[in-house]
Amino acid sequence: MKHLRPINQKAERIDQAASMTQEDVVALQQQPDPKPKPHIPMGCTLSFSPGWEVDAGGGTAGLCQPVERDIYDCYVTCFWPVQVADHVNYSPDWASNCAIATKDWRKLDLVFP
Amino acid sequence: MTNMTPMAATRYRRGELHEFQAADHDFIYLVAAGAIFALDAGASAVLRRLGEGEMSHTELVAALVDHGYASADAEELIGELRYVRGIVSDTVTPVPAAAPAGPPADFPLQALVLNITNQCNLACTYCYEFGADKIATPQGKPKYMTLETATASVDFLLAQSAGRQAVHITFFGGETLMNFKLLRQVVGYAREQVAMQGRAIGFSLTTNATLLSDEIIDFLAENEIGVTVSMDGPPDLQDKRRVDKKGRGTYAVIEPRLRKLIARHRTRAITARVTLTDGVTDVVRIYRHLKDDLGFDEVGFAPVTSNGEQAYAIDDSGMDGVLAQFHALADEWLEYALRGERHGFSNVSETIGELIQGVNKSHPCGAGLGLLGVSPSGDLSPCHRFTDADTHSLGHVSSGVDSEKRNDFLARGHVSAKYECQTCWARPLCAGGCHHEAFVRYGDTGHANLHYCDWIRQWTDTCLRIYGAVSALNPQFLERFAERKALS
Repeated sequence: MKHLRPINQKAERIDQAASMTQEDVVALQQQPDPKPKPHIPMGCTLSFSPGWEVDAGGGTAGLCQPVERDIYDCYVTCFWPVQVADHVNYSPDWASNCAIATKDWRKLDLVFP
Repeated sequence: MTNMTPMAATRYRRGELHEFQAADHDFIYLVAAGAIFALDAGASAVLRRLGEGEMSHTELVAALVDHGYASADAEELIGELRYVRGIVSDTVTPVPAAAPAGPPADFPLQALVLNITNQCNLACTYCYEFGADKIATPQGKPKYMTLETATASVDFLLAQSAGRQAVHITFFGGETLMNFKLLRQVVGYAREQVAMQGRAIGFSLTTNATLLSDEIIDFLAENEIGVTVSMDGPPDLQDKRRVDKKGRGTYAVIEPRLRKLIARHRTRAITARVTLTDGVTDVVRIYRHLKDDLGFDEVGFAPVTSNGEQAYAIDDSGMDGVLAQFHALADEWLEYALRGERHGFSNVSETIGELIQGVNKSHPCGAGLGLLGVSPSGDLSPCHRFTDADTHSLGHVSSGVDSEKRNDFLARGHVSAKYECQTCWARPLCAGGCHHEAFVRYGDTGHANLHYCDWIRQWTDTCLRIYGAVSALNPQFLERFAERKALS
């Protein structure tokens, strides 16, 4: 900390805790490391689903999975309330007709607030 | 900081803290943590402004920008103060009631106080064990601890202190040395047992010094047994209340013995423990005599415990005088520390040791937690002051701790259970004060010692200012002090 200088052991610990929170959030590391390490974001990007991407021609027709599959993935595994239907609060049944995403993805409908 | 970006309308007020100044620096003592921080000018200014009333985030940033701060720097300063809870806001995060957690049920023992006898060769008029306010009921119980009870106590300590590398036994009385024979046997037995387990043990005792002989002094020195002598000062003060059964003073008896003890026993600190009573309040003169004339390493003072109505109790004006003299010695302690020297006024040293760590006590002391007292009959009690008091028994060394009674004692004594303490900034160190003092005064071990509150706060503030000054002017002293504390 810049404006507060710890002068006993308890204050030192608070100061250390504060400096840890100032660093980037890094996954899979239990101890803060003084050496810089690659920044690994947490969350669904670790699961290597195809992302929000386009095919070689700039469209979505040639993707290995339909774009709706991405939406469905976010809905089930993560909570992205803006981009995706809200599994937790408002649209708990959004995917109830979609038992197998690769087969039933057409049944995922738009959400009209 | 990872705190949510504060809303501009967030209103701040000062958190629970005690501000103090020392050596031209501003400091805060944070009550919820026991942490001490030195403030820069900006942080001091924020707290000063919030002392006048709540301010919104926007107002606070604007005020700091007026002071010449860049707005990013102002945000950072506010973030830091929020992080340590020097400033709080109910609109961002509710401020949780900050209470230290209670100890786990299987908290390991660290020390036993063995009352190896409840007999005494003196008749000090203020004695808590025999005097007007006594709570002990020794009738029909053994007067001297047997070897069987003592070895059972050692076994109990070692069994109940699992996981601790080192344990401690304090011998106590009555007059401890009236059962020196047993003391010697216990030291031998405990050392054997500890050696078999690859652990360590320390010993200490408290005595009135009347029975110190050459043989005993040699034994104490060889075995590195810490010695605390209960005495009240130079002849006129010592002989006022520390008298034998015929009412005769004891100074002349103990003086030659003390000089021998202090000359020969150099393996552990020799400490004097002074009880302040009506007419025995000349703190500086007592200190000079015990430290400079007799040569004690440390001298500690405490006002006598009483129900408030005994003739020997100190009245309020007497306490003011005591405190004034405490401050004189405290100033001296600071001068010594700034020169890098150790001063023997243990009332300051003890508090400084706790401030270095930043203790935040759930209970005022270790009684009933890491420490238990054992009476001559083997009954367990929270500490030596409750020895032989049936209503405070916590079990027996042969059958173990009565956990129901101990839980009741600890629940009462927890700082969170003391209503008056909740608004006091000194509670991380005080936690309501001595359980025994509270029982004698209020009939409840869990009552806060309200008759000392102002005094404790003044004293804690004094020690904080000493701490702040040393941290600013001679910080290495505190590091060395902490290392020495860790070793003792």
